[in-house]
Amino acid sequence: MVMDLLRFATAGSVDDGKSTLIGRLLLDSKSIFADQLAAVQATSNARGYDYTDLALLTDGLRSEREQGITIDVAYRYFATPNRKFIIADTPGHVQYTRNMVTGASTADLGLVLVDARQGLTEQSRRHAVILSLLRVPHLVLCVNKMDLVEFSQERFNEIHQEFTSFATKLSIPDLTVVPISALQGDNVVNRSDHMPWYEGPSLLHHLENVHVASDRDLVDTRFPVQYVVRPKSDDYHDYRGYAGRVAGGILKPGDEVLVLPSGMTSTIAGIDLFNGELDEAFPPMSVTVRLEDDVDVSRGDMICRPQNAPVPSQDIDAMVCWMSTTPLRPRQKLSIKHTTRTARTLIKDVLYRLDVNSLHRDLETKELTLNEIGRVQLRTTVPLLCDPYEKNRTTGSFILIDEATGVTLGAGMIN
Amino acid sequence: MTVHADYRLSQLDELEAESLHIFREVAAEFEKPVLMFSGGKDSIVMMRLAEKAFFPAKIPFPVLQVDTGFDFPEVLECRDSWVSRLGVRLIVASVEEAMASGVVVDDGKTSRNRLQTGTLLHAIEQEGFTAAFGGGRRDEEKARAKERVYSHRDEFGQWDPKNQRPELWSLYNGRIHAGEHMRIFPLSNWTELDIWDYIGQENILIPNIYFSHRRRVFARDGMLLTESEFNPLRPGEVAEERTVRFRTVGDLTLTGCVESSAATIPEIIDEISVAVLTERGATRGDDRFSEAAMEDRKREGYF
Repeated sequence: MVMDLLRFATAGSVDDGKSTLIGRLLLDSKSIFADQLAAVQATSNARGYDYTDLALLTDGLRSEREQGITIDVAYRYFATPNRKFIIADTPGHVQYTRNMVTGASTADLGLVLVDARQGLTEQSRRHAVILSLLRVPHLVLCVNKMDLVEFSQERFNEIHQEFTSFATKLSIPDLTVVPISALQGDNVVNRSDHMPWYEGPSLLHHLENVHVASDRDLVDTRFPVQYVVRPKSDDYHDYRGYAGRVAGGILKPGDEVLVLPSGMTSTIAGIDLFNGELDEAFPPMSVTVRLEDDVDVSRGDMICRPQNAPVPSQDIDAMVCWMSTTPLRPRQKLSIKHTTRTARTLIKDVLYRLDVNSLHRDLETKELTLNEIGRVQLRTTVPLLCDPYEKNRTTGSFILIDEATGVTLGAGMIN
Repeated sequence: MTVHADYRLSQLDELEAESLHIFREVAAEFEKPVLMFSGGKDSIVMMRLAEKAFFPAKIPFPVLQVDTGFDFPEVLECRDSWVSRLGVRLIVASVEEAMASGVVVDDGKTSRNRLQTGTLLHAIEQEGFTAAFGGGRRDEEKARAKERVYSHRDEFGQWDPKNQRPELWSLYNGRIHAGEHMRIFPLSNWTELDIWDYIGQENILIPNIYFSHRRRVFARDGMLLTESEFNPLRPGEVAEERTVRFRTVGDLTLTGCVESSAATIPEIIDEISVAVLTERGATRGDDRFSEAAMEDRKREGYF
């Protein structure tokens, strides 16, 4: 059995018990060291808290510790015998939507917490909407603080049903709902004796077993060329390899391929990895591809299959999350980075602004301000080789960059 | 490469694939990258990844070492062996030379570790490097847990943790202005255990002081420090020979060792799996000064 990797994103504020839950996962999987725990205990004592505040473990920066809030994405690591976990721990408040979007962008699974006493709140709905927009394939709803509602099955079912009916408006391929008490550890690592009516797995058991490999597209071959390897040495005199990370499909030597945007065709001569040649390459492997013919291929090009290729397009329709204090408006000119290709782009139109709490589409507002998400039409200076984001999260995503300051202003998901 | 029948990668292969992608992005998009190479285990793993990323071509950028003057000879020896095998250019930025020329000021109170920052920034500026690969990992310390893979440094070499660029998917933004540079952390998502697993898997050369050996050491500030001419004993301190190994390697006046009989990589992995202290908490005097010691040093431009 080989250990694999699961990346998951959490969102929530201290009140939801998110930090307590993460603290417990780290503690119970022995991923917290004595000196880290001692530092947190000392700070808790110094502040006169009655208990050790596990939230201090996850709040890394000085300003955050002073304000007692999580303002940025923090990455945490823990492992069980068969799986390593990377947690993107993000703040829950609406003013940090961009951080949530960032954390969700690389996640295989999203974890939404609700307080059993309060049920679904605007915040928990928003988290689910963002995870769905970012096409995070697996969602876990943790109904927390079950100890404070006497471990009531009826209360759990109510929240479960309310969420399920809300989720029908979203795109959530896989939903699991777990009743837990993060503080007392019920259903976090082990099944709880307090809730015999719950027949599902504990949260950790689910995280350890959820199948993520099948979320990757193994059909539509997409290989964005990153870097051309030319050793110019005596041993490898004529070597010319195209290095990149497989974004979709399975590449094999002998495959007939199409290179975009040139439209030239060739055949894969070999796929190189440092330790030798490969019989096949699939996402998310980083490899070097050699072609039979001496075709002109450079960074920003895409290797795909003749019958299965993205349509090069300069007109892009996308959901954009805006991350800057200066609003996004029509007629703006920006830089756009899509796979390994960078171009300039013009904002043609803001079609609507999406209210991430109610899913209401505001057609009147023609701009997006900080943390807002909306549907935007763009025109690029060169064609982008893109797929819809729902088909491929790599070839369907881009970032927008300020040409003057170089700052990342927004993130887009192509429709 | 271990491939499952159902097209799954092992987590180590996935981490490697992510790091290779980062190395190639930087080589493609930056004019003058450099790899910060201390000869420690993390920078050795970086070297291995860089070797793989550009194979069969040579690594297309030089490596930079900041020499504190207090480095372990075993580490320098290992550094030289890597550099000569890969045929890369080594640039040594010496803290002692930086002090002699007034680039940094030794007030007698500042550790060599802290003086490295000024020396490093001076070297980056002198050579005009636009990107510097560092071996920092997010699991090391909580300020690092929030650092981006591409971490922007202004013209003073400073990090502004509150103003970091959002980093989504694997779309890295390498835009900088003249005089600025980017720190690149290709090992961001690796843990200490991953580093050791990878060293074991790749069977690569690391300094022998990581393995158990006999050494004359003395206790100071709850750490075991090596006896050395650079580190005179203070009154009451007694050096004695013990069986030890180092979990991190840095300035030898500040880097403690742990008593250990772990002489092979599997034994080290077993030892770390049950360790109760983080590697920095256990053996790095430089991180102990305050809760925000790392954050403060990073703001100034530390590795």
